Amino acid sequence: MLCCEDELDVQIHNACGSDMMSDVLAFVKDQTALLTGLVNPQVVRTAMMMDMRCIVFVRGKTPTPEIVNLAKDNHIVVLASPLRMYEACGRLYANHLAEKES
Amino acid sequence: MSDELKFHFDVHGDNFTSAGEASVEVKKKLRQLGFPPDVIRRVSIAMYEGEINMVIHARGGEADVLVYPDRIVIVLEDHGPGIANIDLAMQEGYSTAPDSVRSLGFGAGMGLPNMKRYTEEMNIESTVGVGTKITMVVKVQ
Repeated sequence: MLCCEDELDVQIHNACGSDMMSDVLAFVKDQTALLTGLVNPQVVRTAMMMDMRCIVFVRGKTPTPEIVNLAKDNHIVVLASPLRMYEACGRLYANHLAEKES
Repeated sequence: MSDELKFHFDVHGDNFTSAGEASVEVKKKLRQLGFPPDVIRRVSIAMYEGEINMVIHARGGEADVLVYPDRIVIVLEDHGPGIANIDLAMQEGYSTAPDSVRSLGFGAGMGLPNMKRYTEEMNIESTVGVGTKITMVVKVQ
């Protein structure tokens, strides 16, 4: 976990995984977590536009302090995982973070 | 009509990192003004995609947001290369953005379609070699 530990009690009901931000902006509705292997400040801005509360950087990608600070300023929890996208999404889905719940 | 609020932004074309800052600002202002979350989200996504487009394709431009009680009008104007074929540009997946932009998470040919998706009205005026002006309207409720 890289920032916003104090936001850990926020409830997350669904998520989406993508490296293309325009796809996130097109197809996501009320998803509250974003899993991505893309590392730049636009990931945080995309999450902000969608009112998302959590970003998970997969494939061992490490966001820069600038990215983490932008997320922190906007109360978005940032996590980093060594898992690949498929497995990270799969684990969340298998643990009942299902798409249809909201 | 008379009680509009107007916000103006210069969108700088030389810095991809700061692209989207105007949209963030608009989102904050609309929240302060008490607009419904759905309206705020649609305005900010449409404007954000437009801002990214201006940075990617047109070396920046200008954004004006007019806020009325019943609608929000977004006007984006640039002096970039223009859009040669607007019908083609509106197709999902069609993009003229270079691979370098795709590696940044954009340029998938979803920008203009997303702008249309989230707004009630969208008008594109574009002249090749002169520039592009996009006007979008999001109705409240």
